[in-house]
Amino acid sequence: MQRIGVFVCHCGTNIAATVDVEKVVEMVKKEQGVVHAEEYQYMCSEAGQSKIREAIKEKQLTGVVVCSCSPRMHENTFRKAAEKAGLNPFLVEIANIREHCSWIHKDREEATEKAVILARAAIAKVNLNTPLQAGESKVVKRALVIGGGIAGIQTAIDIADAGYEVDIVEKTPSIGGRMSQLDKTFPTLDCSACILTPKMVEAASYTYSEVEKVSGFVGDFFVDIRKKARSVDMSKCTGCGVCTEKCPSKKGKSEFNRGLSNRSAIYTPFAQAVPNVPVIDREQCTKFKTGKCGVCAKVCAAGAIDYEQKDEIITGNYGAIVVATGFDTISLDKFDEYSYNQSPDVITSLEFERLTNAAGPTKGKLVRLSNHEKPKSVAFIQCVGSRDVTCRGKSYCSKICCMYTAKHAMLIKDKYPDIDVHVFYIDVRTPGKNFDEFYRRAVEEYGVNYIKGQVGKVAEVDGHLLVQAVDMLDNKRIMLNVDMVVLATAIEPDPSVREIATMLTASIDTNNFLTEAHPKLRPVESPTAGVFLSGVCQGPKDIPETVAQAGAAAVKAIGLLAKDKLVTNPCVAKANELFCNGCSNCEHVCPYGAISYQDKEVNDHGVRETRRVAFVNSAICQGCGACTVVCPSGAMDLQGFSNRQILAEVDAICR
Amino acid sequence: MQKANTEQAQLVKEISNVDTRKCMKCGKCSASCPSYEEMDIRPHQFVSYVQNNKVNELMESTSLWKCLSCFACVERCPRDVKPARLIEAVRLMVIRQKGQNYLLPDEVPELLDEEVPQQLLASAFRKYSK
Repeated sequence: MQRIGVFVCHCGTNIAATVDVEKVVEMVKKEQGVVHAEEYQYMCSEAGQSKIREAIKEKQLTGVVVCSCSPRMHENTFRKAAEKAGLNPFLVEIANIREHCSWIHKDREEATEKAVILARAAIAKVNLNTPLQAGESKVVKRALVIGGGIAGIQTAIDIADAGYEVDIVEKTPSIGGRMSQLDKTFPTLDCSACILTPKMVEAASYTYSEVEKVSGFVGDFFVDIRKKARSVDMSKCTGCGVCTEKCPSKKGKSEFNRGLSNRSAIYTPFAQAVPNVPVIDREQCTKFKTGKCGVCAKVCAAGAIDYEQKDEIITGNYGAIVVATGFDTISLDKFDEYSYNQSPDVITSLEFERLTNAAGPTKGKLVRLSNHEKPKSVAFIQCVGSRDVTCRGKSYCSKICCMYTAKHAMLIKDKYPDIDVHVFYIDVRTPGKNFDEFYRRAVEEYGVNYIKGQVGKVAEVDGHLLVQAVDMLDNKRIMLNVDMVVLATAIEPDPSVREIATMLTASIDTNNFLTEAHPKLRPVESPTAGVFLSGVCQGPKDIPETVAQAGAAAVKAIGLLAKDKLVTNPCVAKANELFCNGCSNCEHVCPYGAISYQDKEVNDHGVRETRRVAFVNSAICQGCGACTVVCPSGAMDLQGFSNRQILAEVDAICR
Repeated sequence: MQKANTEQAQLVKEISNVDTRKCMKCGKCSASCPSYEEMDIRPHQFVSYVQNNKVNELMESTSLWKCLSCFACVERCPRDVKPARLIEAVRLMVIRQKGQNYLLPDEVPELLDEEVPQQLLASAFRKYSK
């Protein structure tokens, strides 16, 4: 016979103002197994918890029901209190009479009645609760970072500083990411390469590699990494660069320069690339296409060129995985009004970064791409595709554009004070340390002309660009002749993120950004245990914010790696081998890949036979219960939420 | 008789099925409008006039008859507000008040010149009468 204690919380007036807590206490006293019931103003306080502990000891309680707030808030608090008093923590149940009653009802009688019903359901469940024991699993002391931009590099360095081994997987030939493409960085205007490249040198990595497959679970992931064939032996190459100079095939578009310059078929993405080892683009290389070249092999003094090199699969064992896949800018194909595809003088902001960079295609000289002359006037258009709820754009604010546009405007004015600079904006958003001061400097010191109003059309007229807009503060039409238009294009998560999220069973939102476990309290963790998020893969961010988040993700990963063993949640699915018919339904619905099948000898009432039965890996199972619902023979059950317990709750509610 | 302003604004929203609150006041509708210079109340103002229940002013506006229904504003609005539908809705309200007819056949000859195509007359009758 169970001996159950019920504790009803007032939650100040949160519950007591709408629910008659005294009546709830009176009513639950009549329930089966209840030997103690009381109410208190704040059950979660120290005094409230000690009431639970004392009652367990004095009345030898075998189960506890707390009628309070959501179990998300304080289930753990009350379970710990019960454990201190010697009761198995899984014999504690919560009836959520705050969110489910007082907060959503106005009528006191109705709310009270519902609170009693919910308490009854919890009591019915506790009557069937059994003690559960948490298991343990191992932790491999090594982390994997997917993506080698500033987010991935910073996370990797921070984890390595704590004494753990880290690997970075980067799909391009060099780490550095978007930040390496930038010229200066706001709000301090320091040179991007100067602050990034020392960090790049510090981080060793698998470049030109991609994650192919992920298996395992928190603390013990197995990851297959495909090292794509560079066609250059990294151990022999000295990075002298002769091969890239002599390569006769120079028609490839430089990805690093956003297609604004050409590169050879054997190339290093940029001068400061890490590792400083070139890679052969096999689609551009004459040797691979026709078999008739091989110049690079002839000029390589180190004999590093290897045309026979093949992709290699490396399997690594990791305790934690950090995703740092970053972003790209959206395609402008749907924005014909800006003439991006029609005029070479309409460029994106990332292209502008390359044009103004000393190591860029024009050696830092700002020129119109149509005639290579210096522009006399430049117009910047913000919010191109950002805050756009139509099918053309992205509904979110890309967050970085206001600041980098101010930066671009200032850089032009600084180098060429005679160029007229106009910025078309909807709102200027500068929430960050020294950010608004930065934008005001552009206006007040450099005389950048800010015009409130989105541009309706950019047309090429007589070798110039005619920008058609409306000044929203003046209510006047503006027809502006400029030589160059720079579009602050919306950013979106790198397209590779979808595939990676699928492999990691990490969830993504409607915009393909990775979802965090809790938007406020767990912002750098994925809901999938052992997977952490760093940088723009989680949402638009500037560099300072990315670095901060990268550090936070590193700390969370270190927190995991520092543990010798992980305590597993005992509320996991378990198959009854006698009932299981091996149909695989549960395996197919399991979102975590926790269920597999085993051929096992079972003793079915004296009959011994080998059957194919479901096996749940309790370390991977998250206790979602999907398998229990699809099991046609009722073999699958969730511990702590068994079918019997759930039905007892339903019976209590329907009584 | 003119109805109370809020009721009229509600009617415009119902006829047009436009939610004016979605507007983020970027002005791209007006920036895209080929009739901008001829309008007294511009597309972006149209949206905020409806939002602020100033429908009487809109009913008296020449913009109703200057809008070409080219839908550039609808096409380019990043917030899916559809200002042309608002203009169309107010135009309908005026036409209904004027006995279902804003353009009478007698008025046509003085509007004609050599370049006016036949199609324009047909579409003008469709647009300005019910």
